[in-house]
Amino acid sequence: MANGQSGLELENVTKHFGGLHAVEDVNLRLNLGERRGILGPNGAGKTTLFHLITGVLPLTSGRIRLFGQDVSGWPTHKRVALGMARTFQITSLFPKLTVLENVLLAVQGLRKMKMMMLKPLFKYKDVYEKAEKLLSDVNFWHLRDQEVRNLSHGEQRQLEIVLALASEPKVLLLDEPSAGLATGESHEMANFLKSLDPEIAILIIEHDLDVIFGVVSHISVLHYGEVLAEGPSDDIRNDPKVQEIYLGKAD
Amino acid sequence: MLENLAEKRRVLIVLGVFVALGVITPFLDLFMQSLVTEILVFGILAMSLDLLLGFTGLASLGHAAYFGVASYTTAIIMTKEDWTWTFAAFQWADSLGLGLFYIFIFALIVATAFAAFFGFLAIRAVGVYFLMITLSLAMVIWGLAYRWSAVTEGDNGINVLGRPSLFGLSLESEMPFFYFTLAVFLICLGLMYMFVRSPFGKTLVGIREREERMQMLGYNIWLHKYLAFIIAGVFSGVAGVMWTLFNLFVSPPDIELITSAEALFMVALGGPATLIGPVIGSAIIRSLQQFISIYVERWPLILGAIYIITIMLGRLYGVEGILGLFSKFRKPAAPSETPEG
Repeated sequence: MANGQSGLELENVTKHFGGLHAVEDVNLRLNLGERRGILGPNGAGKTTLFHLITGVLPLTSGRIRLFGQDVSGWPTHKRVALGMARTFQITSLFPKLTVLENVLLAVQGLRKMKMMMLKPLFKYKDVYEKAEKLLSDVNFWHLRDQEVRNLSHGEQRQLEIVLALASEPKVLLLDEPSAGLATGESHEMANFLKSLDPEIAILIIEHDLDVIFGVVSHISVLHYGEVLAEGPSDDIRNDPKVQEIYLGKAD
Repeated sequence: MLENLAEKRRVLIVLGVFVALGVITPFLDLFMQSLVTEILVFGILAMSLDLLLGFTGLASLGHAAYFGVASYTTAIIMTKEDWTWTFAAFQWADSLGLGLFYIFIFALIVATAFAAFFGFLAIRAVGVYFLMITLSLAMVIWGLAYRWSAVTEGDNGINVLGRPSLFGLSLESEMPFFYFTLAVFLICLGLMYMFVRSPFGKTLVGIREREERMQMLGYNIWLHKYLAFIIAGVFSGVAGVMWTLFNLFVSPPDIELITSAEALFMVALGGPATLIGPVIGSAIIRSLQQFISIYVERWPLILGAIYIITIMLGRLYGVEGILGLFSKFRKPAAPSETPEG
């Protein structure tokens, strides 16, 4: 609906670790409902960029706007409350808790009832209903009482995204959703990503080119912390510079 | 009330044990009656530490600080006649049969204030650093108790002459005081049980399991840890008040490092994140202390040996304390982990 309206804007975003220029002068704009990929070889600064966007790491310089608001100095939880969510490259679930408990924690994350200290959690029917809906949508409801550490890697990668969706974000950052998946599984993952609500803006880091080209419309290529190229997926795919530094080496 | 049958059964078993305790204790000798009371008092302390160590994953080595502050506050307001207003207020409350309420409110406010201040200093640190900061803050309290003799009587400790009455009911002899302790204990257990099952309690477990994910889900980690720290401090304070009322004497050794370490041990031994496990830990350690110290002079050696065995079992076989041992036997073959990637 709100295409063209800005969801996330990065303005000259820079991060130095001492002498290491991890992210240098990155400009990027993600409109509401847009899907954009970030491509780049290992060490290009992709995950660091996500840490900056989510506020896990402070900026060296530059500015980050979320829905038009300057959030550059905000702590993570406040940015999340505005409507941002993120998944992790290395699966970051609650391994000893059950699937349902994982999703419940995600659902109550942005609700005021998370501070309630006396009434037991299971009395909050709306939280349970939301969790049930999220799990049913991905056909995980029958797994609800399994401890997460007992799920397959593919299931864990999918649950990783379910947790991020629980807060109904408008901007979703996916850090290599198909990391460690077999070919068939990453195909499934690509289909799952395509099936997500088209109103959610998605910024996705991926190494698996089949996943990224099928899902996103635009791509930014990151190389040594700088944006090397940017444009529609097909242009990027055919850009000789990009092929040289990334596509040529990948296969 | 409870979500499933297994939970209902667990709660009934625990309640049954404490009802049985209430029935049996009058038939025990004085020594045993006093031991049971002492176990309950330290049970409250151990449970309160479990909120931090077991549920939130914060290993505090200074949890006796709030216990100490509350126990000293109790002793001071009951004995310092030259501190006119606190003493006069206590006398007045006591004449109405409300002396105990006055003590609890006063001492818990002081304990809360200290927990709020110390927590503010300690919560940003993690792991060993958190351990060291809580330890040194607790040493400050011990130092005050030891050195600030104008208030704390220093090395001599403070003698309390008698217990205030509860609505005119005397708590002077062993049995009434035991029932009073049991009641306070059950109220604390009930409140903490509700707390760990609440949405807030669940967030603490999430923080223990994966802090960065909780942050990404929109939780203000610092605030949750801080509130948990204060709440654990308040319950530690309750144990402190009960200790002074029980022992009628408080001195620096009561609140030193050993007490904090023993509380940690009770939690580890009984089973962290279970609430009732730490009470079992309290029962074992306090009983050992009473019985073994009769025969063996260096009984802490035995305590140390048990401690090492507990940690080894936890590290090598994933058995978390005595309650962990039980559940291991109940469902022996947990499905094996799926290898990554």
